Order: sequence, then C-alpha cells, then structure tokens
Amino acid sequence: MTTPTTLQKQFKERMDYDELMNCTRCGFCQPTCPTFIETDRKESSSPRGRIALMKAVVDGVIEPDEGFERELSLCLGCRACETACPSGVKYGQLLEDARAIVAEHKKVPFFKRIFSNLLLHTLIPNRRLLRVAVLLLWVYQRSGLQAGLRKLKVLKWISPSLFEMEGSLPAAPSPFSRLKNSSAESSVSFFRGCIMDALFVETNQNTIDLIAAGNEEIGIPVGQTCCGALHAHAGDQKKAIELAKQNICAFETGDHEVIATNAGGCGAFLAEYPHLLKDEPEWAKRAVQFSRKIKDVSSLLNEHDQIDGFEASPQLVTYQDSCHLKHGMNVFSKPRQLLKSVKGVEFVELDNAGMCCGSAGIYNLIEQEMSMQILDHKMEDVKRTNAAVIVTSNPGCLLQMRLGIQRAGLEDKLKAVHIVDFLHEAQTK
Amino acid sequence: MLNPSFCDQIKELVGSSNVYTDSVSLLSYSYDATPNYQSMPQIIVEPGNTEEVSGIVKLCSEYEIPIVPRGSGTNLCAGTIPVDGGLVMLFNRMAGILEMDEENLTATVQPGVITQTLIEEAERKSLFYPPDPGSMKISTIGGNINECSGGLRGMKYGVTKDYVLGLTAVLPNGDIVKTGGKLTKDVAGYDLTKLLIGSEGTLAIVTEAILKLVPKPESKKTMLALFENIENAAQTVSDIIAARIIPATLEFLDQGTLQAVEDFAQIGLPTNVEAVLLIEQDGSPDAVVSDIRKIEALCRENGAFSVEVASTDQEAAQLMTARRAALTALSRLKPTTILEDATVPRSKVAEMVRFVNETARKFNLQICTFGHAGDGNLHPTCLTDARDMEELERVEQAFEEIFAKAVDLGGTITGEHGVGMMKAPYLSWKIGEEGVNIMKSIKAAFDPKNILNPGKMFGKSTRKRVVIRS
Repeated sequence: MTTPTTLQKQFKERMDYDELMNCTRCGFCQPTCPTFIETDRKESSSPRGRIALMKAVVDGVIEPDEGFERELSLCLGCRACETACPSGVKYGQLLEDARAIVAEHKKVPFFKRIFSNLLLHTLIPNRRLLRVAVLLLWVYQRSGLQAGLRKLKVLKWISPSLFEMEGSLPAAPSPFSRLKNSSAESSVSFFRGCIMDALFVETNQNTIDLIAAGNEEIGIPVGQTCCGALHAHAGDQKKAIELAKQNICAFETGDHEVIATNAGGCGAFLAEYPHLLKDEPEWAKRAVQFSRKIKDVSSLLNEHDQIDGFEASPQLVTYQDSCHLKHGMNVFSKPRQLLKSVKGVEFVELDNAGMCCGSAGIYNLIEQEMSMQILDHKMEDVKRTNAAVIVTSNPGCLLQMRLGIQRAGLEDKLKAVHIVDFLHEAQTK
Repeated sequence: MLNPSFCDQIKELVGSSNVYTDSVSLLSYSYDATPNYQSMPQIIVEPGNTEEVSGIVKLCSEYEIPIVPRGSGTNLCAGTIPVDGGLVMLFNRMAGILEMDEENLTATVQPGVITQTLIEEAERKSLFYPPDPGSMKISTIGGNINECSGGLRGMKYGVTKDYVLGLTAVLPNGDIVKTGGKLTKDVAGYDLTKLLIGSEGTLAIVTEAILKLVPKPESKKTMLALFENIENAAQTVSDIIAARIIPATLEFLDQGTLQAVEDFAQIGLPTNVEAVLLIEQDGSPDAVVSDIRKIEALCRENGAFSVEVASTDQEAAQLMTARRAALTALSRLKPTTILEDATVPRSKVAEMVRFVNETARKFNLQICTFGHAGDGNLHPTCLTDARDMEELERVEQAFEEIFAKAVDLGGTITGEHGVGMMKAPYLSWKIGEEGVNIMKSIKAAFDPKNILNPGKMFGKSTRKRVVIRS
C-alpha cells in the first residue's frame, strides 16, 4: 500500500498548477452543478469546492483521504461548470488528471479489478468480443430466458437496481446486422464507437444513410476502436492514451476533411486528444490534426440543405442535451434547429435541458444513488413538457432516459429516441 | 482542538448530520472569492432555525469559540475567512421565502435564499427586488445583507440597505432581537436594522429579513455606446446626470475588460474601442423611449461613434450577463485577479479612471477598470500572479495610491464589497481615527468576547497614509 504522502507527491508533480490557480473562486459554476444542487449546496460537491480540494492537496493543506476521493468520484464530469466559468478553467481536464492519480494509487479489491479489467481492457476495445456479448444478450432476450427471469424476479432478488437497469436495456440488434463497409476515399469518415457499434448498429447505419443522403461520400476507416472516454473518466489514462493512438493511426489513412461522430461523449473526448497526448511530442501534432476534424452529426446535417426534407406525424418533441456535446463540443442549437425543421413536429424546450441526466458514462453504475436522484428530478422536468418524444444525442443519455421513463411509469406516453433515428424515420416518410 | 464536550452539545442541538468536522468539509469553507486568503475552520454547522442559531451562539459564547456566518462565499473582502478558526455557520437549511405580502409589498425571507430566486419569485408577481449584485445567481440574501451588496441598478434604485425593513437576528450572547417591521415609518430608538446591514457578521447573525419590494417597471431598454477615448465616456456620464436623467444602470468598461468579456461571452462586443458605456433605463414605455433618445444624443455629442439599442430582450439580457461576468472573465488573462472597489463622487469618474491608468503605468502593472460609472463605484482590477512576490508588492503600492486618491476626491475605500480583512488597514483613511474608535466601541458593546467574525473590519495594523502628489 502506498502512503498518502506518495499520493500527495504525485499530485504536486502532475497536477496543472496554473489551471488550479485560474479558478478565481467566484462561484459562478455552482448553480450549474448537478451534485451541488442535489446535495443542497454542499461546497465540497461543487466544481469550485473540488478545485479547492485538489489545490489543497497539491499545497499540502489536506491529505487526499477517503472524503477527498469521495468528492472526486461523486462528480459526473458533465462539464456544465466549464460553460459557466468566465475564467475558462478547464475543469474536466483537472478532474481527469486527479482521478488518474488516485486510481493509480488505489488498491482496488480483487474482483472489482478483474471486472473492470475485463470490461474496460478486454471487452470494450475489442469489436469481436463486444459482438459476442451482444449476441449473448440477443439470445437472452429472444430465447425467453429474459421473460422467464423477469417473471421470477431473480434479478430483483439479487439487486433491485440491477433489475431496474436490466429492464431498460435496449433490444439487442440481430447478430446478422452489421455496418455496411464503404469506401475509404471519401470526404467524411465515420467514427463508429464501441457501445454505439455493438448495441446501436441501426443508429450507426442511419447516421451513415443520413450523411450520404446529403451527397457526402462517407467511409468507415478500419482499425478504429473505442474512443477511450470511459477509461479516462474511470482514471485509466494509460489505456485511453493507447486507444487514442490507435484511432489517430486509423483515421490518418485517406484524405477526409471531417470525422463524423454521433455520440456526444465520444465526440468531445476525441476532440480532446491533444490534451490526452500533450506529454508525447511525437503524437501531439497528429492529435491536433485529428481533433480538428471531429464534427457531430447534428452540425454536419445542418450544413447540408437537408433541413427541408423531414416530415413526421404531428407530435410534441423535446430534447435533452448530451453534456459533452453541449459543454464539450459547444453544440446545442444545431440539434434543436434540426428537430424544429421536421414538419409536423412541435418542439418544446425542456427546463434544465443542459443539466446532466445522471448517466455520465458508467456513473449510473458506480454512483447509483446520486444518479437516480438526478434522473428522477430530470423526469419531473420532462413530465412538465407533456412531450411524447424525448430526443437525445448520446447512447448513455438515451439508455438513462429510457430508465427514467420506466421509473416514472411513463412507458405509454413517452419514448426516448436518438436524434439520428428520429430524423431517419422522419426522412423516409 | 475543539473541546469534545462542545462538539457533543452542538450535535445534540442541531443533529449530528448537520455538523461536519472532516477535513474535506473544513477545507471547503476555508476560503471565499477573495484571492490569497485561506484559513481552516474547526467545525461546520448548519442550523435549521433561529432558535438553533441562538443555541449555537450561546454555546460558542460559553466556550469562547469564534463564529463566522457564511452565505455562498462570493464576497471579495475576505469577509468570511475563518481567520481565527472556530465555527462556520451555513444557512442552506434556512433558505425559504416565508411570505410574499402583496398588500404591503414585502417579502419575508430566510438568510440562505439565493438572490436570484427571490428576484424571480418577485417578478412572477409583477414585483421587483432591485438590489442585484454581480453574483446574484449564487449569492444569498443573508450575505447581501451582511455585506450591504450593491449591484448594477444601484444608481437609480440604491443598494441592499435601501430594501431591508426589518430583521430577526441573534446577538453574540444568544439573545434574539427583532428590528423594524413591515413599516415605512418607524423611529423607535436607534436604527438597529441599518446598523446590522453591512456589519459583515461582526455584530449579530441575521436569521430572517423583511424586504421591501417595488412594482416591476413596465418596460426597459438597454443600449451600448462606444467611445474612442475614456474621457469622452466619462464626460457623457456627467452629462447624463446633469440632464436630470437617472438611468437604472450606467456601466463603464475599458478596453482590457471588453476584450476579456468578449472572449468569454462571444456576443460580438467591440474590442477595438477605448471605452464602452452600457446603459439601461426602465419605467413607463414613453418615459423610457424619451430618456433613451436623450441619452443617445448626449453620447453622440460626446463623440460616441456608435450607439446601439438592443432590439430584443434576449440581446439586452446578453449584454447585462456579459457585464456581470466582467470580473471573472478578466481572470482569463492572468492567474490572479485583484479586484478593488474604489468609489468616487460620480462627477469624478473621469479623473479617477485617468489616475488608475497613470498609476498602472507608474508601477508597470496591468490594471483594467470597469464598474458602475453612474454611482461612481469603480472596480480597478489588477491582473497579476500571486506567486510573483515582487510584483505583488507593486500591486499593493499601486492600490494604496488609488485608495488615497479616491478618498482625496471625496470618495471611499469600498463602495460595495465591504471592509473585511482586505480593507481593514485602510478603514481609518475614510472614517478617521475617531470613526474607527466609535465603531470599535459599538462592536465591544454588542460582542464583548469578540466571538462574532473576529479579525474583520478592524485590522491589527493600520496603514500610514501615503502622500499623493497630484
């Protein structure tokens, strides 16, 4: 076991002190922070507080104890504070760096370590294994096993929260559906992602169709892998760097101008590769070139004159921002413009749409209680809109909204849809 | 170390889930928005009502433990730094709007209410609570009262003290006192309400306030005037007032500030001009239009090369929000921003701005100036780096000269931020030794054991007045 002083030393050596100093402690970030609000304004559960804590550890004023780690863990990393911060403090990067230092020094229990290694190192970055997992899910859902287990409520007996989450899992795509390969010689290349690629094949295909309908050649470079966001958020910076390098290499083939993404979380993380690789001189420039090309599908579709081509049956639609799309990639008006452009759709703005839904990568698994508290409050806002459809731009948010609908008992009145699927359906009508 | 029996009694009083002594919690209340100040408290307590506050204060008095009441910690005078350790009292559990009295036009609130929440609640009833500190999104009414916060509407509507009609407060011996009421007229004895407002938590702990509301103005218009030089902008301020027009807001931003604000807000503010006036007028639609027209003419007479009136509410709101972010936006330029609060009679704004610029040059410092030109409350803000000790010394010298100049011009060392620890050494420059003495005896009469927010307002040392050559 490492002593706190070693950990403290690491903080002193590795944290960006200039960035910590940039926080003027004005508090403007606080009203935008979900955990600050949900804890009834606890300073330590706010961005200003967490930065002060990190700085205090670096300054040697406090030890990085359990309470300190607790506050780092409780942060959703939604980065709403960055948009609100007049000083432009890069909070997300500070958080990621701090989590990485803590994670490296932490003695993780054996089973938890095995599990997270299996998930983050083996399964997620491996397209084939991930497909096998989805195949198992498909078998589980189709074979009657799921229905049987649900009837018996076995999972509820093991863990009520697992039972609830299992219920909100999407139907696994058929093992026969695969993304169609397309030419690498194209103006736009597509980042397929890991979860999106396995569980939301149809959404990925719809994305390609929509972009292609705008007369853009679109290719899917081989060799690409998971963006690494989940790893970095969990403090596993090393693995994230490894994946980043793999992706940069994959997208250096061909001479496309744009790399299209359809998941806010991935897009924002890909755009931040330069920060991730800042200490590796031979990669820094390549990372900058790569990140400049990243563009979310909503921005891309807005550029084409496709905006007149959508029509749907009359319905009230609202939109929940993907935190990283909004606060990381600064894309928030584009998805709304697209939705408003669909004939038949009446768009209603959701109160606090820019506030995190509590999904935040694997946050809803590791900080279940806070996540559900945030989600339930979110659903109260959703209910007030009376919308029949809630549109999102990220797989995590989408699953979380489905869980929220289930928890609020709104299955008959409300459905959650990825913006790409919504537009795709509106286009083919 | 705190006496364990003290801690046990506090826990018994408010419930142990409302008491924190872990290092993370203590650290989180060791600072406020003032750069370069930090000190660890020993215990954090969140009372739920006035009686609990009274009980805590009695215990603290018995054990002689310092108490620092704290809102959101957005103050800029180090007013909530627990410099002698002790107990930090939070009001998150006392954050209710207890009553909106539409017949008497008052609101009764607890100290933990966020200023903006109250403003929005009042506006929903077509009423108006004018004090609007720059930090209103997060600051609390309790903090506003203790620091007597100002804001962007001070020129026409005044500041917090003009809107507090009555208080419930706990004295340093634990007694509960009620001052004022829902009354416009009340001359029963000394005006304790006014005495407590702006007393920076050194005399009593406010646990409830009756606030005055006014009818919401029917309409408002916001405009931006660009000037090639600072003197012309300042002259325009004087001319507007001389023309007997009192705008709701009359703000001044210099070029450095504009650049930083635009960098943050990205709303197309001009960055190639030397100064900007941001002007808002409210009232009946006819009066607003007529005032805005007259102001526009005055701006042009003074050489403004562009005067634009916001065409939509959204545009107007954007301008005001951008202005509120000025201070923090400036901090993009350098790691440490030291914001000051020198205030002069409004006729002296141009002279003061000129002096600030000369002083910055003299000490080789970067000082940007923005502020409430309409009420003479300027915020010369120095961009520096707390790690550069040599430069910090020059910063201090420069600000000493700036304060001295402000006082010489008939102004003050702080217009709205308060004395706290920041300005304590300069208090006598403004009110003289006699003034300090009477204030100290008031403090002693209220708080003979000096347990309420000690170390604030009255510094251990007083700065010698530097002689300014004009």
